[in-house]
Amino acid sequence: MPLQETQTDTIKIITVNLPRIDAAVAIQFKDAMREATENGPDQIVLDLSNVAFIDSSGLGAIVASKKQLPQDKRIDLAGLTPDVAKVFRLTRMDSVFRIYTHVSDLAPRAAG
Amino acid sequence: MSLIWRPVPLVKRRARRLDPPHTVVTSRPFPGFTLRFTGANSDVSPALQQAMSKLDTLGLAADWRSTVELVLAEALNNIAEHAYAGLTPGPVTLTARMTSERLHVILRDQGRALPGRKLPEGVPPKTDVACANLPEGGFGWFLIRDLTTALHYRRTDRENRLQLEFDLTNPPKSADS
Repeated sequence: MPLQETQTDTIKIITVNLPRIDAAVAIQFKDAMREATENGPDQIVLDLSNVAFIDSSGLGAIVASKKQLPQDKRIDLAGLTPDVAKVFRLTRMDSVFRIYTHVSDLAPRAAG
Repeated sequence: MSLIWRPVPLVKRRARRLDPPHTVVTSRPFPGFTLRFTGANSDVSPALQQAMSKLDTLGLAADWRSTVELVLAEALNNIAEHAYAGLTPGPVTLTARMTSERLHVILRDQGRALPGRKLPEGVPPKTDVACANLPEGGFGWFLIRDLTTALHYRRTDRENRLQLEFDLTNPPKSADS
């Protein structure tokens, strides 16, 4: 699963290098996210700027990534492309996550 | 080299195979196409890509594209993951007809009927709940209902037939409306 991790002392950024998070990859995505979020900083940001398409299975996998986090950790989202943002809005899941326009808004040092 | 005429042997036509999606392009009564593939998880995604590229060729507007792709993805996933769950994946037929005003897509499969032989309600997911209770699924029918102009389901002897309609004269529903 192409998840790329960038980390500062306080934030871990997980960049998804996949064009689609859909039914075909949802289960692997959820498992890879569990592994990627187990250790490290408590604040995690999922950078979705490379993801052009998400379906309900992919959305479910992102929600599951939040639910399976160890206590004290939080996950935010960044870089939603228009079609991905629309799925979050339609399902009201945009109210469940803090969403940053771009990952650099949040952690300029870590984004490089 | 022998020039003796030999009759061409009659080749028995092979039974129609279901693997990889193949297309029958028709021009009547409206521009459209039919794709046939199996309801296996691994077949559904390439079939969706093929359907989208055919719709591009037919001139589906860019602002409608992602909406149609999402709805078809959800409907096809339902067939693969529910209708054919635990069964050998059988055939799926996707037929599309498009005019400048309307897109009709009909999906047919021979899997299990929808529960109660009717369309699920597709209620909006509950988001005002504790994190542990957030829904991880059940968005599919909500999105299908929300983003189509009309939706019809019919179960015949052994076939599910789902008809999805999109009114292309208006912009697709945005999340804010």
